[in-house]
Amino acid sequence: METQAIDGGFANPVFDAQAVFRAVMDAMARPGTIQPCGGLTVPPAPLSPVAGAVALTFCDNDTPLWLDPALQASAAAKHWLGFHSGSPLAHTPADAQFALVSSPAELIALENFAQGTQEYPDRSTTLILQVTSLSSGENLLLEGPGIEKAAMLAPTPLPRHFVEQWKQNRARFPRGVDVILAAPEGIACLPRTTRIKTMEA
Amino acid sequence: MYVAVKGGDAAISNAHQLLADRRRGDRSVPALRLDQIVEQLALGVDRVMAEGSLYDRELAALAIAQARGDMIEAIFLVRAYRTTLPRFGYTLPIDTAAMQVERRVSATYKDLPGGQLLGPTFDYTHRLLDPEIATGTPVAEPERREAEAGWMPRVSEILAHEGLIESDGELPEDHVTGDLTREPVEFPLERDLRLQALSRGDEGFLLALAYSTQRGYGRSHPFVGEVRIGEVEVEIDVPELPFAVPLGRIRVTECQMVNQFKGSAKVPPQFTRGYGLVFGQSERKAMAMSLCDRALRAREFGEDVVAPAQDEEFVISHSDNVQATGFVEHLKLPHYVDFQAELGLVRGMRAEHEARKRGDDQETREAAE
Amino acid sequence: MKTDRRQEREEAAGRKAAMAALSHAPGERLKALWVQAGLPRDAQKLRGPETGLVTVRGRIGGGGAPFNFGEATVTRATVRVEGGAVGHAYALGRDKEKALLSAIADALWQDASRRAEIEACIIEPLRAEQTTADETRRAETAATKVDFFTMVRGED
Repeated sequence: METQAIDGGFANPVFDAQAVFRAVMDAMARPGTIQPCGGLTVPPAPLSPVAGAVALTFCDNDTPLWLDPALQASAAAKHWLGFHSGSPLAHTPADAQFALVSSPAELIALENFAQGTQEYPDRSTTLILQVTSLSSGENLLLEGPGIEKAAMLAPTPLPRHFVEQWKQNRARFPRGVDVILAAPEGIACLPRTTRIKTMEA
Repeated sequence: MYVAVKGGDAAISNAHQLLADRRRGDRSVPALRLDQIVEQLALGVDRVMAEGSLYDRELAALAIAQARGDMIEAIFLVRAYRTTLPRFGYTLPIDTAAMQVERRVSATYKDLPGGQLLGPTFDYTHRLLDPEIATGTPVAEPERREAEAGWMPRVSEILAHEGLIESDGELPEDHVTGDLTREPVEFPLERDLRLQALSRGDEGFLLALAYSTQRGYGRSHPFVGEVRIGEVEVEIDVPELPFAVPLGRIRVTECQMVNQFKGSAKVPPQFTRGYGLVFGQSERKAMAMSLCDRALRAREFGEDVVAPAQDEEFVISHSDNVQATGFVEHLKLPHYVDFQAELGLVRGMRAEHEARKRGDDQETREAAE
Repeated sequence: MKTDRRQEREEAAGRKAAMAALSHAPGERLKALWVQAGLPRDAQKLRGPETGLVTVRGRIGGGGAPFNFGEATVTRATVRVEGGAVGHAYALGRDKEKALLSAIADALWQDASRRAEIEACIIEPLRAEQTTADETRRAETAATKVDFFTMVRGED
């Protein structure tokens, strides 16, 4: 088990982390775009290579990390994240700077995570949702800063009642969580400023 | 107001080149090597490590050389370098009772277990300049004597048996150790954060404050219970290993200051304590730190806060020499626009003043006529 | 079962002691002993060697609540050697080669068939030198110990 839990970190930690950082930054700046981010890590299941790469890029000793129950149940995934990122595990979702979610469909409500404060809205949780696709789910119409007219994204799976939850998240502005979608084809982001409509609405 | 102004590029670049030249100085004099600084200016290196808040002798020596011996500039360089490194974690607390002691003196007990060990001290020298150092006369090997094996307890442990001294400083069970490098400082502080600030604080500033308490500005009747200097083991817990990993040893100076306390409604008369702990061999700093620590506990003991050294916000907000030098020295940067605005303001006020004066003079004249 | 656990404890203590000798060692000395012993230098790097910081903690009053009093540079490495054993190393300072060799030493130490060699060629010489250096320092310090004697004053 020890072998599996240690292998598969960044081969070139500085350059790999910079490449992933760039991808996430661009995806955050232009919500709805998909930034390619190939298999820079090989983490233990159920953690995906892209989600693992995002976690190793952003998490370190100073960022408490919350894991969803499926990841929490995997000793290998926990060990791998601990070894390569050094992140302490958050005791509650409200203590988390990052949340790593391998099964978004079963995720607890977004309001459980840190929302930041009026003075420090940056102190909210950034959720890393591991999705299987960015194009085969329900079509979402995105509007807001970084989007000229409208953008389209169809990630799946998503947390229950996601569009409704996102409306509530928007209502908390400037507080609220941000979301990084880690899919096999790359990274897309939903910053708290993005408005989401479903196609039929 | 700050407005971007261009045009200084060539001047700045040439100034840096000139700085490099002046730093090197006369080329016929051999260049300083870092190992020479580490070995022969060791206490300067220790000061840069303590106030730069980074234990790394070679880096501190490099900073001293690069700063041309300007200690605060060197400390600034070290602080800037620190921020480029990832953090692996927090060590287990060091155990100063298990120190490999190189110096240990007590002013309160003559015969204490382990004895008084003077070590490499400036005390008892005559402070006469030594021409032999200038001529590079060879230096004899130090004397040796068989060391007694045995425990060298901290002096506080000896006094504690009688119950006449307060215990080591405890904080509530659920207290999370503060870290001022991670969270903005908010007053009032717990003692752990105060000690962290003092440990990296400016030696001169803390020395002056400590001196002020002795001269009557917040008197605390201090005795040096003990000063000890030596190496301690550093260990850290990591997720990949089932035991605390040994990292090596660092040299630290620890001071236990013992202070009289007349008691209050809550606490019977007893001795209280101030604590100092500093990287390297830095006795003056550790002693000054322990005096400041005790003075800053005034509120805790229900003492009147009447002196600067007892004022937590005053002491902690001004003890960091990198912050202080940044704010003082920024005044020399271009403030052309601010000054133009002030100039306009003063001219206006002057005109008003003169107009008023003329009016008053006229009134006086009219009244006289 | 009981002996198993004791064996495990003893093994952990031995490994920790070896890691202590490696982290205390001057980098140049470790490199010289390594060459002398003809030990392998190649290993699969799993993490590092990389330099970072640890925050050093003390205790208020020497034995009270912990507080942070400064940072120190630390270099670490994790490697896998032939045969699959994974070795770790941590040491104060910024010597990456020292961290790499220390991690290889830790990996080889875990291999029962190589342990004696690592102990004899690397750990024992380092430990002996460290003990001598400590003893010298203690003796030099002991020579500065004050031997008080009391002057008798007055008659009788």
